[in-house]
Amino acid sequence: MNKPSVMIDLTPFPQGAQRALANPQLRRNMGKATQTIRAKRAKVVDELPDWEELREAGRAIKERVLRHLHAYLFQLEAAVQRSGGQVHWARDAAEANRIVNEIVQRHGAREVVKVKSLTTDEIQLNAALQAVGIQATETDLAELIIQLAEEHSSHILVPAIHKNRSEIRELFMRTLGIEQLSDDPRELANVARQYLRRQFLAAPIAISGANFAVAETGTICVVESEGNGRMCLTLPPVLISVMGIEKVIPTWQDLEVYLQLLPRSSTGERMNPYTSLWTGVSPGDGPQEFHLVLLDNGRTQVLADALARQTLNCIRCSACLNICPVYERTGGHAYSSVYPGPIGAILTPQLVGVEHAASLPYASSLCGACYDVCPVKINIPQILLHLRGRVVRQKQDHGGLRGKADPESLMMKLIARAFARRERYEQLQTLAVVGQWPFRHGDTISSLPPPLSAWTTMRDIPAVPQQSFRDWWRHRS
Amino acid sequence: MRIALFITCFNDTLFPDTGKAMVRLLERLGHTVDFPLEQTCCGQMHFNTGYQREAIPLVRHFVDVFQTAEVVVAPSASCVGMVRDLYPRAAELAGDRRLRNAIAELVPRVFELSELLVRKLNIEDVGAYYPHRVTYHPTCHSLRVLRVGDAPLRLLRAVRGIELVELPHADECCGFGGTFAIKNADTSMAMLGDKMRHVLDTRAEVCASLDNSCLLQIGGGLHRQRAGVRAVHLAEILASTEE
Repeated sequence: MNKPSVMIDLTPFPQGAQRALANPQLRRNMGKATQTIRAKRAKVVDELPDWEELREAGRAIKERVLRHLHAYLFQLEAAVQRSGGQVHWARDAAEANRIVNEIVQRHGAREVVKVKSLTTDEIQLNAALQAVGIQATETDLAELIIQLAEEHSSHILVPAIHKNRSEIRELFMRTLGIEQLSDDPRELANVARQYLRRQFLAAPIAISGANFAVAETGTICVVESEGNGRMCLTLPPVLISVMGIEKVIPTWQDLEVYLQLLPRSSTGERMNPYTSLWTGVSPGDGPQEFHLVLLDNGRTQVLADALARQTLNCIRCSACLNICPVYERTGGHAYSSVYPGPIGAILTPQLVGVEHAASLPYASSLCGACYDVCPVKINIPQILLHLRGRVVRQKQDHGGLRGKADPESLMMKLIARAFARRERYEQLQTLAVVGQWPFRHGDTISSLPPPLSAWTTMRDIPAVPQQSFRDWWRHRS
Repeated sequence: MRIALFITCFNDTLFPDTGKAMVRLLERLGHTVDFPLEQTCCGQMHFNTGYQREAIPLVRHFVDVFQTAEVVVAPSASCVGMVRDLYPRAAELAGDRRLRNAIAELVPRVFELSELLVRKLNIEDVGAYYPHRVTYHPTCHSLRVLRVGDAPLRLLRAVRGIELVELPHADECCGFGGTFAIKNADTSMAMLGDKMRHVLDTRAEVCASLDNSCLLQIGGGLHRQRAGVRAVHLAEILASTEE
């Protein structure tokens, strides 16, 4: 099976989770980080009396965009071209990487600096550039940490959330050749700053993603916290922005909604420290050559599904990750995707096809916390169920003999057929009472055969009582 | 009022005492309880695991059994959540307009126990007596699908003799999640581990909730640890009296 670029590996979620859950340091780091950011978010969201209206506006604008996506994209293309930018359309990761590569080669550049961007992670741009000898340096502090550690991000906003500062200290000492360093965050940040400053001044080309693109004006928007993005967007003479086609919004005024929703939902701040906006090129100011790469890479597939289309509302705030009880415990790597957490559990299988990520729609207890915090009201639990349905249908209808003989599927069919009729349902109840005898010790069952052993390895079950409720009722009346 | 009891397959088979408590409680409050014997299962396990095609006959069966009932009550927030939140979607998948209309007509008459008492019957003090230290775990479906709010707590606060203690991080999932507990047993256990720690921190004797499925998870873990804390359905607490 070919690994789609969105996927980091093909480990099913339960196995990835098992690995993460066994790591006490990771559990500690994740628990502390998610609970802190969760509390911050709750505080600043509670401040806004019109939060629900903002969410509804955020959802409604995205719905409109998705309904007329082609029109807004053409409008955006024209506006960018009008202001001196060049627009490229990329069907998939390979095409996007080729476009970026050609631009970089044309300028003879050997190194580029990067603004934190999930979309370029999704197409694995860094690896594609490296393959032709071009070094891409991540300039977001956490992305830099991940790059130096040769790891993958575990959070869409805080990529190094799984690492604590003493781990980062060791990493910097090892990879940057520093001999004396404490784990004081300020000292750590200073080391990164000195390292990055050299890159900003040397690189002739910067590559970014985009948080929003305004169709009416052709303006691209990137929000960030550190100012390193601003350095990339203003210093190098050439700028390339790779954006998913769903990031377009109709008007300048629509930004107002998202610039309120995004920082409060993501970092728990009223405003993010840096909001960069640019429209094409301006002579004598900032980059003099601007390229916008519009990426599909599976998005039109998502768009075609009327129920799951709302997945494309996502503004990558990560509130769903931070609130998720599953993510909090497993961390991001268990999801094997550039997009972890609840949004990843619905986005990844849609981008790559459920057959490549069949375990992800099941990586949720359906607790619903993600839907409650989502600033653009993506009904994640509903889409999880929708995708589970697709996984099962894929297995039953296209899984060949193995799919047909799948024990879970056979068992589910059997139970459903029995439960549709009272007589058969009652027969199964009697069977449960009789069948439990080898496993029953007094009032308790502590050990069952697979797959139910997954339950009893760590939890007891009360024995099935001799008299069901309905038997009691029958005898009563 | 004539109230039809939807016991749910899970309670019918594994937790008959919860059903008996429902009957005792509702009759004590002066209502007539019906138990349509044809009822089986709402189809939640199938639907939530992705076997939506298989769940549709169960949805039809539920609608057939209960469509003439004046009011339906179930001792399960997740089964009522299935009916209210997902039956309309099931009808859509079945492509059956008649089923969709029957569901739209039936859904407003289906209640979870605390909803029925506090919202529909406007009663908070049901005359119960329960001299124990109790903490309450609000289930995810009761909070975020049914939005029962503090209805269960209002009922518990009115119980005589009870010592109600607040559960830290109460609104976090216990990790049950139906087949999630099997398919992702390790993650489910990690979630349960934290939930049990919070329950034990309260030093309660009893952990109460609206759903025996979540209580099977919490109680099953506590029992395995010999923690000395019982998991008890809200109906059983409300049904207890001094006699």
